[in-house]
Amino acid sequence: MVRKSLRKLALAAVVTASTLTLAGAAWAADTIKVGVLHSLSGTMAISETTLKDTVLMMIEEQNKKGGLLGKQLEAVVVDPASNWPLFAEKTRELIEKEKVDVIFGCWTSVSRKSVLPVIEELNGLLFYPVQYEGEESSKNVFYTGAAPNQQAIPAVDYLMNDLEVKRWVLAGTDYVYPRTTNKILEAYLIAKGVKKEDIMINYTPFGHSDWQSIVSDIKKFGSQGKKTAVVSTINGDANVPFYKELGNQNISSEDIPVIAFSVGEEELSGIDTKPLVGHLAAWNYFMSVENPENEAFIKKWQAFIKSDKRVTNDPMEATYIGFEMWAKAVAKAKSVETDAVEQAMIGVEVANLTGGMAVMNKNHHLSKPVLIGEIQDDGQIETVWSTESTVAGDAWSDFLPSSKDLISDWTAPIKCGNYNTKTKKCLAK
Amino acid sequence: MKFISQKNNLGLHLIYIILCLIFATNVSAENNADLEKLIPQLQVKNFKKKIASVKQLAEINKPQSITILEALLDSRLYYQKADKSVVIIQKKDHKYEIFSPLDNTKIGLVEKKTIKKITTNNKLRKTIRTLLAQKKISHTELNIRQAALKEILTSSDASLLPVLQQAKKNESDESQKDLLTLAIALIEVDSKDNSIRLSAIKILGNSVFPRAKGKLEQVLLTNDQGSFIEQDKDIITASQKALKRINSKLSLFSNLETLFFGLSLGSVLLLAAIGLSITFGVMGVINMAHGELIMLGAYTTYLVQQAMPNDIGLSLIVAIPAAFIVSGLFGIAIERGVIRHLYGRPLETLLATFGISLLLQQMVRTLISAQNVPVITPSWLSGSLVFNPAFAITYNRIYIFFFALMVFALLMLILKKTSLGLQVRAVAKNRSMATAMGIKTQWVDSLTFGLGSGVAGVAGVALSQLTNVGPNLGQAYIIDSFMVVVFGGVENLWGTLVAAMTLGITNKFLEPWVGAVMSKIIVLIFLIIFIQKRPNGLFPQKGRSSGGH
Repeated sequence: MVRKSLRKLALAAVVTASTLTLAGAAWAADTIKVGVLHSLSGTMAISETTLKDTVLMMIEEQNKKGGLLGKQLEAVVVDPASNWPLFAEKTRELIEKEKVDVIFGCWTSVSRKSVLPVIEELNGLLFYPVQYEGEESSKNVFYTGAAPNQQAIPAVDYLMNDLEVKRWVLAGTDYVYPRTTNKILEAYLIAKGVKKEDIMINYTPFGHSDWQSIVSDIKKFGSQGKKTAVVSTINGDANVPFYKELGNQNISSEDIPVIAFSVGEEELSGIDTKPLVGHLAAWNYFMSVENPENEAFIKKWQAFIKSDKRVTNDPMEATYIGFEMWAKAVAKAKSVETDAVEQAMIGVEVANLTGGMAVMNKNHHLSKPVLIGEIQDDGQIETVWSTESTVAGDAWSDFLPSSKDLISDWTAPIKCGNYNTKTKKCLAK
Repeated sequence: MKFISQKNNLGLHLIYIILCLIFATNVSAENNADLEKLIPQLQVKNFKKKIASVKQLAEINKPQSITILEALLDSRLYYQKADKSVVIIQKKDHKYEIFSPLDNTKIGLVEKKTIKKITTNNKLRKTIRTLLAQKKISHTELNIRQAALKEILTSSDASLLPVLQQAKKNESDESQKDLLTLAIALIEVDSKDNSIRLSAIKILGNSVFPRAKGKLEQVLLTNDQGSFIEQDKDIITASQKALKRINSKLSLFSNLETLFFGLSLGSVLLLAAIGLSITFGVMGVINMAHGELIMLGAYTTYLVQQAMPNDIGLSLIVAIPAAFIVSGLFGIAIERGVIRHLYGRPLETLLATFGISLLLQQMVRTLISAQNVPVITPSWLSGSLVFNPAFAITYNRIYIFFFALMVFALLMLILKKTSLGLQVRAVAKNRSMATAMGIKTQWVDSLTFGLGSGVAGVAGVALSQLTNVGPNLGQAYIIDSFMVVVFGGVENLWGTLVAAMTLGITNKFLEPWVGAVMSKIIVLIFLIIFIQKRPNGLFPQKGRSSGGH
């Protein structure tokens, strides 16, 4: 207890100091303010700092093009410090004190859930750029990362159809995203005729490092003559010892492939990739995709961050698409006012970095292509399968009994985030 | 045929293609027609078609088809973007030498940009491996035969039976012969002839190979009414008997495995806690920065590896004393600078050392990186020691187990057999008496704290091989360390050893039952109850307590 509150205090002091200096400069001119709500310290800093830089890069570029509505854009960066309640406080500060017009931010689902009531109360606008578990749709949030049907379900389809997998291990870290995703996947597999005894579900604590018994169980589970695969929602750096243990127990990616939903180029850049080679990852974007737009984006990013070693990844593309869409919607609405932009957003199209067009749908989720790739020894992911066209993000899973009748539609006349198509009623909040 | 390919030189390309055509038609017109037809088909995007082409390629009985398949397997099969011709590549400095897939003649030296890899996926690579294994099952070299058979055992199909029987006839190596018998039995269990099936079932019953069990379970599948699909009574009873024998063996091995996992987790706990058992156990200092001292040891390993990138194995050995010195010096600095002034005030010590732990974390974040750093595992620490198909233990865990015991023994030796150890124990038992005997207690305090901290650093070296090295590494182990020391009984190294192993084994035996999260919780609850009953731990110090300073 002492430990936690002390740290909170220290962080709060640092954060306040940094925001105060930023705030001082902010009153200068009439600008459009863009809030950036990503953790720059604490456990999530590893992933989120990159997204902060991406937003800054996009703002710089937009300003070079002359800004928006004749005004320059101005970034207001705050540090919620991987502290979930602080995310809510910072959101309030951004909207009430800094008067930002839009916020780009959050990574973990728990931080988004913490921001949600504040952003709805103050009628702000949040762009959320990370793949997540779905089962949510807010008028004030645009989800530019993948919903389960844009990542998890296609991944399972690939394993089932192309690799002819018959037995399934659903392994995850013990928190909301893996639990919800695995619930959806289990329902989906059973609907596809997989027997219950052919599904093994396992949860581990955050940062788990002793994988011996679990990997040994997976090995036993997978050696019954039926092709087995692991669908991993294991979070963050617990992945490294997991793959290491797989390698040590002589389980190759050809015997039991592991498909991961949270291992991307950024995560791979800091580790010894030897034990991961050949395992799979499912995303909507890979840095390795050869495409003029993507090459231009990578070049721009490496020039901005002043290092040609830095990689790009899926949440960066989602941030890029979200930002471009917001800029287009503001131009279309000729206003930065939340309600006007929110309506203008729907139907906006921006080119994906991997080809094709991303479209913002009525449910505030994107249509994007789904890619499945194999991890290479240089830390890149090489596409081995992709959907033929884009897939529309589904806010409410069709495979969970509690949400299969729900849809989200933010256009008139429904204007509801959880509309029940059977009872024709909006469940509201 | 010597030829230099140049960019933007279409003329040369054309001449080359014509030359190639002439060459091909003249020298190996009929021979390579089949290969020539199949090779371009490897470029298709669709993996099902690719697999079909690969299978056809394997049917061609030429050494070159093996070369092509091996190149595809090793990601050395590319195509040239300009004319879509398939080539085998060899990396040379920053460029690529390309060779013809038909006859391995060198075509030229090209830039990476001009060629593109022919992609493979898991299934394709598995198919190629199996196909190659079938070709190599009768190879002249034993280790190639062994590797091939190992591959076949994971995915045998019935069509292989004649090949395997032929291979068994020619096989001279006994263990290889046994494995071939097993591979044949795995196929023959589905035979039409019941006597063949019965003998196959008997062979399977003597094996702990996982697929043998799977096969027998398939034989014993039941329909919805619960009666066997298999009609023959003899087959059913034979299979049941065989399965029973396998299961009793398997449960023995599985228990052995769990025991080893427990010992291994115990050794990790021991390593993490043993330094603390000196600083906390002997000196009575609640050092919240203990985890960070472990982290510093892990970072020392990383830095040593950075300094000697060509000797990863050696760097790990060098890192052990280096980490001991680094963490030890930090420990002494902490003792001299802070803790010395707070002896006898445990709450203040706790707060101060907690502050130090934050400082150390932030120091690493600022000086090195907020991100985890990659510590490379040397090859002798990877892989596992295989006793039989059902029981294998990983090398890194074996090494760390013995390493932990060695550290423990060394520490025991220092405490029991050296004059420093004698003084440490004397100060711990009765400070004022020790001072009266002429022991410089302050000096002893510093050295003891340095020793405990140094051992924490050594633990960091071992942990860098198991877990992520990052600023938060220490936090993951601090609670476990305190748990072990409190459970074992303060001031008692043996207690620490027994407590670490007990907690490790309990955890691992619980894990299969209740899962990783629950087993941790149960152990914690058990500990709380235990401490209520025996506040001084497993092995309480007898006689006068060393109490205050």
